[in-house]
Amino acid sequence: MRLRIRFTKLGKIRWTSHRDIARMWERALRRTQLPAAYSEGFSPRPKISFGLALPTGGESLAEYLDIDLAEPVATAGLAERLSTALPGGLDVVRVAEADSRGSLQQDVTSCSWEIGVPSSTDLAALVDAGLAARELVVSRERKGHITEDDIRPAVKQLAVHDGRLVCELATQPRGVRPAELLGALGVVAASADIRRTHQWIERDGARWEPLPPDAPALNAQERAS
Amino acid sequence: MVSHMTSLWPRIEPLLAKVQKPARYIGGEDGAQAPVHDAGKVAWLLLYPDAYEVGLPNQGLQILYEILNERDDALAERAYAPWLDMETEMRAAGVPLFSVDTHQPAAAFDVLAFNLSAELVYTNLLNCVDLAGVPVRAADRVNGSPLVIAGGHCAYNPEPLADFVDAFALGDGEEVVADITTAIAAHRGDRHAVLRALARVEGVYVPALYDVTYDGRSLVAITPKYDDVPAQVERRTIADLGEWPYPKQQLVPLTEVVHDRLNVEIFRGCTRGCRFCQAGMITRPVRERPAAQVRQMVSDGLQRTGYDEVSLTSLSSADYSGIGDVVGGIINDPACSGQVSVSLPSLRVDAFTVGIATEIQKVRRTGLTFAPEGGTWRMRQVINKLIREEDLYGAVESAFSQGWRRVKLYFLIGLPTETDEDVLGIGALARNCVAIGRKHNKNASVTVSVGGFVPKPHTPFQWFGQCSVAELQRKVNLLRDAVRKDRGVQLKWHDPKATLVEGIASRGDRRIGAVIESVWRAGGTFQEWSERFDVARWEAAMAEHGLSIEWYVNRDRERDERLPWAHISAGLHEDFLWHDWIDALAAAGVEDCRWTPCYDCGACTGYGIEHVVASPVPPAGGSQGTGQDLTNGEWVPVTLLETVSTSR
Repeated sequence: MRLRIRFTKLGKIRWTSHRDIARMWERALRRTQLPAAYSEGFSPRPKISFGLALPTGGESLAEYLDIDLAEPVATAGLAERLSTALPGGLDVVRVAEADSRGSLQQDVTSCSWEIGVPSSTDLAALVDAGLAARELVVSRERKGHITEDDIRPAVKQLAVHDGRLVCELATQPRGVRPAELLGALGVVAASADIRRTHQWIERDGARWEPLPPDAPALNAQERAS
Repeated sequence: MVSHMTSLWPRIEPLLAKVQKPARYIGGEDGAQAPVHDAGKVAWLLLYPDAYEVGLPNQGLQILYEILNERDDALAERAYAPWLDMETEMRAAGVPLFSVDTHQPAAAFDVLAFNLSAELVYTNLLNCVDLAGVPVRAADRVNGSPLVIAGGHCAYNPEPLADFVDAFALGDGEEVVADITTAIAAHRGDRHAVLRALARVEGVYVPALYDVTYDGRSLVAITPKYDDVPAQVERRTIADLGEWPYPKQQLVPLTEVVHDRLNVEIFRGCTRGCRFCQAGMITRPVRERPAAQVRQMVSDGLQRTGYDEVSLTSLSSADYSGIGDVVGGIINDPACSGQVSVSLPSLRVDAFTVGIATEIQKVRRTGLTFAPEGGTWRMRQVINKLIREEDLYGAVESAFSQGWRRVKLYFLIGLPTETDEDVLGIGALARNCVAIGRKHNKNASVTVSVGGFVPKPHTPFQWFGQCSVAELQRKVNLLRDAVRKDRGVQLKWHDPKATLVEGIASRGDRRIGAVIESVWRAGGTFQEWSERFDVARWEAAMAEHGLSIEWYVNRDRERDERLPWAHISAGLHEDFLWHDWIDALAAAGVEDCRWTPCYDCGACTGYGIEHVVASPVPPAGGSQGTGQDLTNGEWVPVTLLETVSTSR
């Protein structure tokens, strides 16, 4: 049985890394005594896989992980038990049985972000300029080489909402980080306040969340047995 | 101390995006507390003056954190030395040192209490005090300044830090923190009165209340300025570890740290009598934790933390009475579902049997380190680490036969009476261990780790002159050349220059304070980190203050010389140490006094305490390799713990 879990990362804990979060989950699984399947070898580890890494310092309403279990469990009440076993700031929104075929890393095609930028910035002008631009070039280091990439095709949405920048950035073929978008727009934001609000899977021309907070999930079902 | 304190967090958070590993500064660990500050409580800030990932696991700090927060008259928070990038940001933004629990400014606490586990952190202590906005020199502090207190093993020679630390706490901290709290509460706001009251607390040394007299470069005396200040300061020792089942809520960090696992202290003290080992000398006698309590702490701790590894800590874990039962009980406990591994630091080779090897490798093979310390039997007799060669080979055979591919061996060089033959003996032992390993695995290897010896205060070797950097380096090179062609032997060594500085800081007198301050002012922080360590700064500072490295570090000392730590007592009689030194020079070993007649070292009798062990018979290796029949020993001051049935 594979479980898909959606959780948040909010508050001070946003300063921990993706690797840190993985360790917190391993401990939480043992604390709740979930019968995780373990890898073979010298140092057996529970079989868990995460979605796309969130940059250290970013908050999120939509983090995901999949866990392979050695035996089936009831998902009712599991979200609360896991939240209690996790550090403050990590809260499980929903747990459901998952289709064991797709991986989060491969399936997710874009992410939505909310970005707080310094109040002096004219957001409306920034958005207009970004949308009007034919290309948005960023310099990236890849295997020791500096390359210049146009990220404009990856910007699927750019808008202002409640004084914050809202955008949807493609994650394939190569992910664009919110900080890269800010850089391309010329925003100097040493401590930009970044929050991931959604991850999206595109299938059959429609956009789905891997596990929406309340509506039915794609390829997922509750198990109350 | 101050009501309605405000958190610095809104000023700290904007800095975090600019630094490496920001999780070092956020707190929020499982087990962390958020005490409410009020005027009725003495506020302690417990500081580990090194990076967060090194300091967080420190058990001593965590024990005091819990004990103080359980009290009605005290509260405690924690802080660690900010890494260089963060320090730069903090100084630029005017943000002072802060606690990680509720992010209060350090200067708002009554006490800045430092844990001193190693000498190379001394400059970090100064830096932390400075970052707190508190005058670095004790003499410059005023009424209202926090008190700077230090404890830990390094406090047994407090003199090099005497200019900067208001009070040192000697020995076990569990009880003395209560007395210190009371003394501060009674005289708060009057610095001199607090210091005078602290000096009357057993186990507390207040250096400002002593006059130091020199004759040229010789130290003549350190004498109290007042009648009610003790001429000799005795350490504190808790009689029964079973009364202190701490930490109850071991901190579980949110980010990567060293020793990231559950730690349960199974006994304190060690009477093996290794003559180089300061920890073994100053923490006597042996006090075992009852086996039932160990099991309870392990099972509660694993359930609460979610860790999959537990370390049973002590100075020599295999000596714990019934260690096999305790380890087997954890590994085979169904609640651990075969996923919890046990590590035993400080394993004596003569106690590492196939039985223990089989048990601890059931889950996963944790690293194995053995410490023969000396390369030849003669050398090991001098240092009283009486491990026979066949004991080492037996242990290594146990390990390789149970599937380990690599073991680590730890040795000291620069020991008293050491010859080149003793140094080369290290290579021979390693070579033979590899040959044993190859019988089981063609890729078997042995990592040899060599450290330079620093003769520590309160040990029988305290009179011995430390090897010079050049001589230590020559010995390292000799060994390196000898094992160069040995496939399977990897040699690592501690930088002899760092050993030199450890010697200056651990063997120095009050005049070394100026040197530590100069190194700090020149930017010499984080000296424990090899990429930050710079011996040239220390040499320059010694020269600047007209002090001779040779005189402080390399010279043999006479028995009638006034040692800088002679007014500090770890309970050991001076004549016991001296006679043990004479025995060492004659390569004569002594047995473990847990199971043999008392040598009257002073550690038990002086304090009216005794060994607390659960077994009247020594474990494997208890005869210290002398093969002596220990069953006919005379009466030994031992309290036997009630033994608990270990049937499963």
